[in-house]
Amino acid sequence: MSPVHVLPLRVYFTVFLCLIVFTAITVAAAFVNLGAMNNVIMIAIATIKATLVVLFFMHVRYNTRLIPVIIVSGLFFLAILFSLTFADYFSRGWLGVEGR
Amino acid sequence: MAAGPRAPLADLAHHFDSYEQQREAATLGMWLFLVTEILFFGGLFAAYTIYRWQFSESFRAGSHELDITLGTINTAVLIASSLTMALAVRGAQTGRGRLTAVLLFATILLGSVFLVIKGFEYHHKWTHHHVPGPLFHFEGEGASHAQMFFVIYFAMTGLHALHMIIGVSLLSALIPKAWRGGYTPENHNFIEGAGLYWHFVDLVWIFLFPLLYLVGRH
Repeated sequence: MSPVHVLPLRVYFTVFLCLIVFTAITVAAAFVNLGAMNNVIMIAIATIKATLVVLFFMHVRYNTRLIPVIIVSGLFFLAILFSLTFADYFSRGWLGVEGR
Repeated sequence: MAAGPRAPLADLAHHFDSYEQQREAATLGMWLFLVTEILFFGGLFAAYTIYRWQFSESFRAGSHELDITLGTINTAVLIASSLTMALAVRGAQTGRGRLTAVLLFATILLGSVFLVIKGFEYHHKWTHHHVPGPLFHFEGEGASHAQMFFVIYFAMTGLHALHMIIGVSLLSALIPKAWRGGYTPENHNFIEGAGLYWHFVDLVWIFLFPLLYLVGRH
């Protein structure tokens, strides 16, 4: 029987510190006018933070390979949800139909 | 125990060969649930995107009304609670029951701080007539559809807060057994599962915070 994989404490504290630093960066960046780039930076930083939490706090990096497969399949269906919904709403004005 | 029938183990279900298999099954099941949660919140994120695209001016104005200081503090509090939760799981992995119980309690405490701060924010919205409904009142630029921003704000943060309340109750239920040392390195699946849930709630907030509080600050 293989024992659980125990991560060294320093991993948890490093991840915590990174999350706090990224939070500070995202708040600071919000006060600078970068046009559309503001949104890109916002989402990029949030994605980095989320990845850190998933990989280390949620141990996905050390789990069986099946877990990432489950996660990616979930994100795949999320992508379908987003792309089909947005393709509809964002293109409604293109045809110039009265009252859309 | 090299040969012969295996002695029954109290907390190993009979349909699993080993603790490791039992752990993997529990983790897998929890992740399957969390994937449905991703899609559950995903619908709200899609609604947010469409309305923000349609009423960008109102969303900027509405976002500006939120308290960025309280929002940032709450983000830090939630990240800290994720740290204590991760350490609680580690405590269970290394068989330190008392430490696990204390860290679970710290997580509950930080989660409660988050909810109390959220409560103050909601109260402020109420007194300033920013709660959608007949009493809603909003002046200035972007007032036309500001109510839509607040509908999205309350729907998303409300659902998130509900998850926090469920998380706090879940962790409270685990403390007594943790204190007694009932969770072993072999079987601490309840702690691991509750931890995954708690981190997921943190994940949702990681996206909610910038999308709600940081739009149109410049």
